Amino acid sequence: MPEYAKFTEDMIKTHTILVPDMLPVHFKLFISIFGAAGYKMELLRNDSRSVVDEGLKNVHNDACYPALLVIGQFMDALASGKYDPDKTALLITQTGGGCRASNYIHLLRKAVVRNYPQIPVVSLNFSGLEKDSAFRVTPAMFLKLLYAVLYGDLLMTCYNHCRAYEVNKGDSEGVLDKWQKVLGDIFRTGSNDYLKTKKNYRAILDDFAAVKLSGEKKIRVGIVGEIYVKYSPLANNHLEDFLISEGCEPVVPSLLEFVMYCAAGTFNDAKIYDHVTKSSIFNKIGYDLIYSKQKELIKVMKEQGSFEPLHDFEHLRSLADKYISQGVVMGEGWLIPAEMAALAKSGVKNIICTQPFGCLPNHIVAKGMSRAIKQDNPDANIVAIDYDPGATRVNQENRIKLMLANARM
Amino acid sequence: MANRYSLGIDVGSTTVKTVITDAEHNIIYSKYQRHLSKVKETVTDQLKLIQADYPEDEFTVCITGSAGLGLANSAGIPFVQEVHAAFLAVKDKQPDADAVIELGGEDAKIIFLTGGVEQRMNGSCAGGTGAFIDQMATLLGITADELDELSLRAQKIYPIASRCGVFAKSDIQPLLNQGARREDISASIFQAVVDQTVSGLAQGRSIEGKVLFLGGPLFFLTGLRKAFVRTLGLDEAHAIFPKEAPVFVAFGCSLYAAESEAEHYTIADLAKKIASARANDDIITGEPLFSSQAEYDEFIDRHKKFDLGYEDIRTYRGDAYLGIDAGSTTTKLVLISDEGKILYQHYSSNQGQPLDKIAEQVKRIYSEMNPHIHIKGSAVTGYGEDLIRAGLSIDHGIVETVAHFKAAAYFCPDVDFIIDIGGQDIKCFRIKNHSIDSIMLNEACSSGCGSFIQTFAMALGYDIAEFSQLGLFAKHPVDLGSRCTVFMNSSVKQAQKDGATVEDISAGLSSSIIKNAIYKVIRANSPDELGKNIVVQGGTFLNDAVLRSFEKELGRNVIRPAISGLMGAFGCALYAKEKSTGESGIINKTDLDNFSYTSKSAQCGGCTANCQLNIINFGKGRNFISGNRCEKGSGKAKKNNVPNLYEYKYSSIISLEKSAQPPHPRGTVGLPLALSFYEQMPFWHTLFTELGFKVVFSDESSRQIYYLGQHTIPSDTVCYPAKLTHGHVESLLDKGADFIFYPCMSYNLDEGDSDNHFNCPVVAYYPELLIANNPRLNNDNFIHPYMDLNIRKNVVRVLRESLSRFNIKGMIPAAVDKAYAALDSFHRDIAAKAEEIIRQAREEGRNIIVLAGRPYHIDKEINHGIHKLITSLGMAVVTEDSVAHLAHTPHLGVLNQWTYHSRLYRAAQYVTTQPDMQLIQLVSFGCGIDAVTADEVRAILENKGKLYTQLKIDEINNLGAARIRLRSLVAAMEK
Repeated sequence: MPEYAKFTEDMIKTHTILVPDMLPVHFKLFISIFGAAGYKMELLRNDSRSVVDEGLKNVHNDACYPALLVIGQFMDALASGKYDPDKTALLITQTGGGCRASNYIHLLRKAVVRNYPQIPVVSLNFSGLEKDSAFRVTPAMFLKLLYAVLYGDLLMTCYNHCRAYEVNKGDSEGVLDKWQKVLGDIFRTGSNDYLKTKKNYRAILDDFAAVKLSGEKKIRVGIVGEIYVKYSPLANNHLEDFLISEGCEPVVPSLLEFVMYCAAGTFNDAKIYDHVTKSSIFNKIGYDLIYSKQKELIKVMKEQGSFEPLHDFEHLRSLADKYISQGVVMGEGWLIPAEMAALAKSGVKNIICTQPFGCLPNHIVAKGMSRAIKQDNPDANIVAIDYDPGATRVNQENRIKLMLANARM
Repeated sequence: MANRYSLGIDVGSTTVKTVITDAEHNIIYSKYQRHLSKVKETVTDQLKLIQADYPEDEFTVCITGSAGLGLANSAGIPFVQEVHAAFLAVKDKQPDADAVIELGGEDAKIIFLTGGVEQRMNGSCAGGTGAFIDQMATLLGITADELDELSLRAQKIYPIASRCGVFAKSDIQPLLNQGARREDISASIFQAVVDQTVSGLAQGRSIEGKVLFLGGPLFFLTGLRKAFVRTLGLDEAHAIFPKEAPVFVAFGCSLYAAESEAEHYTIADLAKKIASARANDDIITGEPLFSSQAEYDEFIDRHKKFDLGYEDIRTYRGDAYLGIDAGSTTTKLVLISDEGKILYQHYSSNQGQPLDKIAEQVKRIYSEMNPHIHIKGSAVTGYGEDLIRAGLSIDHGIVETVAHFKAAAYFCPDVDFIIDIGGQDIKCFRIKNHSIDSIMLNEACSSGCGSFIQTFAMALGYDIAEFSQLGLFAKHPVDLGSRCTVFMNSSVKQAQKDGATVEDISAGLSSSIIKNAIYKVIRANSPDELGKNIVVQGGTFLNDAVLRSFEKELGRNVIRPAISGLMGAFGCALYAKEKSTGESGIINKTDLDNFSYTSKSAQCGGCTANCQLNIINFGKGRNFISGNRCEKGSGKAKKNNVPNLYEYKYSSIISLEKSAQPPHPRGTVGLPLALSFYEQMPFWHTLFTELGFKVVFSDESSRQIYYLGQHTIPSDTVCYPAKLTHGHVESLLDKGADFIFYPCMSYNLDEGDSDNHFNCPVVAYYPELLIANNPRLNNDNFIHPYMDLNIRKNVVRVLRESLSRFNIKGMIPAAVDKAYAALDSFHRDIAAKAEEIIRQAREEGRNIIVLAGRPYHIDKEINHGIHKLITSLGMAVVTEDSVAHLAHTPHLGVLNQWTYHSRLYRAAQYVTTQPDMQLIQLVSFGCGIDAVTADEVRAILENKGKLYTQLKIDEINNLGAARIRLRSLVAAMEK
């Protein structure tokens, strides 16, 4: 096996790190935080068919769609000639665990080594993997990233709601852009203003609440599923836009839920398998911290009153217990049934479960749990949609339309 | 006077249906017509017909159907989803129905009406519907109606994979080539559609009460109707086939139009609206194949160079050699002279009757040839090899890869790479040192081959030659992706919807086939990997558009012999010449003139596998038997003594159930013969026996076991081993076990030498899925705790908790220790047996195959007897886990974190150190993790000069493809 290029200290100054397009709202904030720490980053937005083609060329075709797209997007960007291969690095998130997703970074490296051996791949992870890289997330940065997730979730939630009902097209986007900039500036300049959470949350909520809404009744459609396909418009064929064009309100659970699900995994496993370690104890402390932050945001949202607050994570955990053990921790694991149940309970009865074609954990946690969730919530209307380089939009939209026809009955 | 009506237009994937209803919901007009993909034109034609009868009247209008969405959007006409339209129609016409099954061109739908309304459609990987029946009929060379008639005279049903057309085809083809009765195959095709609907759509909900059947295929095909009624156990009063079935959805659509407050149109206005509908322009297109006529002419001239000489069969005198390629869908014959000139050639579809077709051609040769031609040798290759060889007494049978290599080397002695795209197969081989170095064949799920273009051309109303010619100068070839045919079908549908021309689609299909071959089958990263001298062949490359796409994608010129489609047969003829002993035993003219045969089916009773046999009698006591997996069925009593660890390991697991049971059991525990139990059974069996339970296993896997649990499978794309688990659980419930024990485990055993030791998500958590989808299971009769076998105290605690109702807390620690000891001794026994097998094989001078998969691949319903096929070729078989401990993990480019998969790397590494060993990887279809392991295992082996062979297995019970690979492997090892 060829050795891959390492990300070294001096590259921090010389290299631009490319970031795949998954959750634009959040990732823009992350980039500002890394900017303050001296890293130059750029969020990729290329989404033409050639992204898929590059993916097909560079990844085993049976590998899952997110891997294919992320790698395809990088290779497409590099092939465009816009980036100097001697001054570019690639960033990929790495969660670890029994899902084959933990192999993305290796598949990416294989593709990179073949085409651009000099380009290093850096891993964004919180599990201490890849110790030999000069790319490091310090505890202080980690904390900032956590706040960025909270802010990003709030922006995304308010924006999705307002966008579906806004009277003057573009109003919601205006508010989003404004806050994206304000928060981006705060993080980029290293200011501590991001800690003034209550004030900032309130101001964001008030700004969005001021957007003039039509007040009509729309079908609310929850989107759950594999993390990348669920959020990335590139992967899900712009699902949120499609739902809005169909006269629906998309309801997308927050990223924080996934973060907390990952954090809970380690100490849950410790309990289930009698395997308490330092890291499981540390994880519990981290989890408690994040949970307190989530509660704070929920509290402000409740007080402000214009928007439905995020799902309380302990509530999600108790919902999960009705359907599946929290020992199911590969992929999105027990989080998917928990989110489906939480959506159904909060009145979002129509749910699209997005998944890469042939996703292994989703056999169990998505398609496998639909029946049980429907039994408990007879009016839940759940459809699983597969995404894949060959799956056509027509096919996907026709199935979503069937779900909407059910919803309108 | 102008009246007001409602008009429903149903634009399906293959047909357009229109229905007009009056205010009382009466159907006053209806029409059903195939659209041959000319959607807009067909709709316009139908409107013209309506206009003649209703020139003044006004209509509320609505469109429905899978191909109607685009039209509705661009014309600004309301759209209703087709399942919902069907629902409205049923509510009106048949309000007491409990369930509705509708089969359309490419969709299957089911609506449950009582006990919670639910509407479902097939997922994106389930093409077995109307278009599938058409495709199968094409394969048999008959119409769908003829298929229907044949099916009514069936005597037996063969198991045919019901998941998608591609799979079913690979089940049917060998049956055809082995001479199975077409009546039986026809009925089996219908049964496959029924099974697909029941398992793919019902997913745990039973179809009961009054069932309404809708859609064209169910209306027109009696045999299909019968199969549904029989399978669902319905009586006449409960199976309803309305006379409006073909237009039922259009009827619902018109009801929707009536309810909606949409605008009213006259037909003339409506026609205008539809005519002016603009296609959207966001289809993705590529470069034209040829930018000018001159470029095309140069291309044609260049390829003309690779042709053979010809001799007249009527005037030539001298020796001749006959080569036959009995391919999956086509029949090829070549008769060559001593100098390799062609005397006779033939290429045609075998129409499901390869033996008849070839016999007919040999007769023609006999009648045309100069009496002074002396046929001195004959050879046959291809799927039908055994049958043809037996029937026509052909001298040699050779494996296809060898035949193709011989032919390619004739044209290009320094050939580096051969790619052959035939009707159903893509075969690629890399040549090193003048021998085949590695072989790549398409998997069951990537068959974007010749027959696909052909079926498509026919669906669009063209013949294949005309259709491919159209693509040559297409301005904007459509990008259709490079997935399996089912996906390509819907890509084409979408492109049509978006206004792509037939020319663009033709060119796009050519390029899809090529991309599929290069990126999916060959898995090349750059053209350089294929080497300098590339020979392309196979009937599909006669298509200039395909050839050109290949050259464009590779960025270099390749060699296509003019007899591209006949290369297999030509290679056979060359082989026959090489091996000629001066006389050919081929059937003589007199015998051939009296040639006839009868075929019948039977069941082999040689062992518990109960293989379905086909017996063809050629008269004079000559029989040809097929369908058997081992020698027993073929009537040769020769016992196979080649050592086989798969059999040993399997019987070690199975026989545990018969070993000592406690005299006064405190209860009965059921353990499923599935997934991880194929490794851990010694542990659990010992544990529960020690704890005083009687242990029962589920019945051994079989197709019947699969059917038993089929209705509780929620995800039709999960691997077959997982799907079988559902049947094993049912089997245990039927056997009356007090409870079933099936633990969940994120972690497998830690064998070291790896980054982690996970189970795959499916193995780890399948019990969660079982209990959530089988209504017979509950927390009392299905105990599925989480535990980690690596942590003894965890196992003890969890067992104490989950078995607390039996008050056996104190017994658990000792029983657990015994269980660990039993598992350990099982592992040691398997390793020792492997050593013994290897020693024995070496004494007998046999090659040894490490058949590397997962523990559950020893299940005979999962491996389909591949290990027996290997031993029948004289090679000994051991398992991956029996040799993994003999080597260390080599440096890997991926995360090595699953226990079962980690063994593959070590086993591969071990094989590289043993000159007489090769590794064959068994991969279950749908195993996403093997997408990661396959490339790594290949790299480990090929870096050390070993061959990599992968066999993908699913519910398909067809060893044809496996046999080709194995024989090619044997041929390559002999070099």
